[in-house]
Amino acid sequence: MPSSALTAAHPLKDVASSDSALRRFLHGLPGVDAVGLEGRAASLGTRSIKTTAKAYAIDLAISMVDLTTLEGADTPGKVRALGAKAVKPDPTDRTTPATAAVCVYPDMVAVAKEAVAGSGVKVASVATAFPAGRAALDVKLADVRDAVAAGADEIDMVIDRGAFLSGRYLKVYDEITAVKEACGTSARLKVIFETGELSTYDNIRRASWLGMLAGADFIKTSTGKVAVNATPANTLLMLEAVRDFRAQTGIQVGVKPAGGIRTSKDAIKFLVLVNETAGEDWLDNHWFRFGASSLLNDLLMQRQKLATGRYSGPDYVTVD
Amino acid sequence: MSSVFEYAPAPESRAIADIAPSYGLFIDGEFVEAADGKVFKTVSPSTEEVLSEIAQAGSEDVDRAVKAARRAFEKWSALPGAERAKYLFRIARIIQERSRELAVLETLDNGKPIKETRDADLPLVAAHFFYYAGWADKLDHAGYGANPRPLGVAGQVIPWNFPLLMLAWKIAPALATGNTVVLKPAETTPLSALFFADICRQAGLPKGVVNILPGYGDAGAALIAHPDVNKVAFTGSTAVGKEIARTVAGTKKKVTLELGGKGANIVFDDAPIDQAVEGIVNGIFFNQGQVCCAGSRLLVQESIQEELLESLKRRLSTLRLGDPLDKNTDIGAINSEEQLTRITSLVEQGEAEGAERWSPACELPESGYWFAPTLFTNVTQAHRIARDEIFGPVLSVLTFRTPDEAVAKANNTPYGLSAGIWTEKGSRILAVANKLRAGVVWSNTFNKFDPTSPFGGYKESGFGREGGRHGLEAYLDV
Repeated sequence: MPSSALTAAHPLKDVASSDSALRRFLHGLPGVDAVGLEGRAASLGTRSIKTTAKAYAIDLAISMVDLTTLEGADTPGKVRALGAKAVKPDPTDRTTPATAAVCVYPDMVAVAKEAVAGSGVKVASVATAFPAGRAALDVKLADVRDAVAAGADEIDMVIDRGAFLSGRYLKVYDEITAVKEACGTSARLKVIFETGELSTYDNIRRASWLGMLAGADFIKTSTGKVAVNATPANTLLMLEAVRDFRAQTGIQVGVKPAGGIRTSKDAIKFLVLVNETAGEDWLDNHWFRFGASSLLNDLLMQRQKLATGRYSGPDYVTVD
Repeated sequence: MSSVFEYAPAPESRAIADIAPSYGLFIDGEFVEAADGKVFKTVSPSTEEVLSEIAQAGSEDVDRAVKAARRAFEKWSALPGAERAKYLFRIARIIQERSRELAVLETLDNGKPIKETRDADLPLVAAHFFYYAGWADKLDHAGYGANPRPLGVAGQVIPWNFPLLMLAWKIAPALATGNTVVLKPAETTPLSALFFADICRQAGLPKGVVNILPGYGDAGAALIAHPDVNKVAFTGSTAVGKEIARTVAGTKKKVTLELGGKGANIVFDDAPIDQAVEGIVNGIFFNQGQVCCAGSRLLVQESIQEELLESLKRRLSTLRLGDPLDKNTDIGAINSEEQLTRITSLVEQGEAEGAERWSPACELPESGYWFAPTLFTNVTQAHRIARDEIFGPVLSVLTFRTPDEAVAKANNTPYGLSAGIWTEKGSRILAVANKLRAGVVWSNTFNKFDPTSPFGGYKESGFGREGGRHGLEAYLDV
């Protein structure tokens, strides 16, 4: 039996006792008004973060990046280069913090692990038949066990959107708990919803709770492989979900927006969302991450600009 | 407020608003001194700094301005609608071009956050002029018959809570329909109206079409009583509104009054909670609650009271109060010492009556007029804080069990300006909205304005409508 994060004594423990109980619970969550949600996200986007606050935010954002390469054409050389960059993002300025993790396909975990050895940078791996998630559970679990065996500190799993959209919530729940068990005690589990495919904000809220009930350590917006990935609104919604979940269960869950966050300005807006929605307990790379590959260079360029007063340009940061 | 991620101050530069040491009255296209030479000072509510010295209109000035408006009326009303539209479009564009300057000015003079003047007031001001500019040549199609005629000289008195926006609500439809205007801004916020006078000159508006008379209540009273004023438009307190109604009773003057309110914001148990919390905050803390249509009574279904209040308190703790020119400020200063005293006294009565008062931990600046966002629970309909318009950042929370009870409580007020309904159930929105006696009913939102949408009240909240096609009627002889 997969172990749930909720103890036997917890009032929410029976929520997943049957498909209908789970559905009742998820559909009983407060609705989301799309206009209001997007309005709130937009208004937080107008916060003006300058000088010391900006310097703090840029360093914090760098430390929260999951530096990612998820291409079919990835090579060990590329992953090694990525690892080196994660450890020392700006070779010209050693005060630059390391990123949180490098994120690779399972077959590259061992290479990545070696590249970041001893640095504290984590290795995350997208297991579970990423990005479509369309494989048998056994295959997904094998994928996870492979990655964990190779040393992955974090597993990014995709949910079965087909099952979710057809209302088979218990199937999704069971898959997550099974993957969580396969992660063991050594790897934290990030559950990817692919919010762009869930279509409604109500679905995103339900998926968030579903993931958390099933034991996710992180909930993550998207794979970065579809048209709509992380947005301020869906991230705000997920931040509300982790905030409410902790209030009800005492369990803190992290949030990871992924895909489409390219500029420092955007990243800072997301940090404002974290600060004013979930609160300062989440302003730490143990609880918040950016799934991004091109974001880091913009953060580094902005950091150099703050330090020198001049904007250097893309040739002053490393390509990978 | 967070200690980990402190937002560094991000003040908007005040240099862009070039405030002269003194201003005159704007009569017949010129800035002139008051006939009796009287002046008054306008101060910045957030610092108590004197911003400028303003000529104070008296009854003689009112007479001069009405005469100028009367002379201008002959030519202005005879212009083809398309010509008047050109002037209005020009004014609208100048407002957009100068919007940053006007936003800073308004924030300095009124005390509201730059975030609101920049993102709410100024875009709406320009939108109102654009909207009514569009009507100027289409009055035949407004539903009042062919070639509806203007009334003549409009005497308009506006409040201090949205100085420039209320000016736009009054002046744009008046000019579009061919009337000329004498407008008295509030004594605590005259500056943006005087800058608007300059915009009229910049737009080449014919002399006398718009006249601006800063001054006190006596000037407003003289304007309203002036025998040659054909139309009276007033936004402000119910007490003054009643006074005006008495003054114009029996005369041929047409009147619209937009007065106080005690809006109910009704939250049902199936509401989108997070958005409802935002709507409640926006409903009562927008412009420090100094909004006639503020949602100052929260009616929450008993079953979700605890959950909602917890969310609301958590949300209030993130509100940032302070320098209104800082772009990150959510709550600015109260407009005047007088208003602060009124709010303070009503809140003390609320406590004395046994309601439970709560405010987030919040440091108030040392100078200026400030009041922390305040929540009252355990409020009943019998409490004064549930009946009187406080016109400040003070929310009274009441509960209900059934939709009928919610409607009964919402309507149990002498006012009827606004209300809000929060539920995910569409049929309930329609059913409840139909029963609410309020000029505006928002559903799953609050304090949303649009020039195309009429606005006005029931009962002691006044009569007549501003905005939209309906807003034309108040300025036409129909």
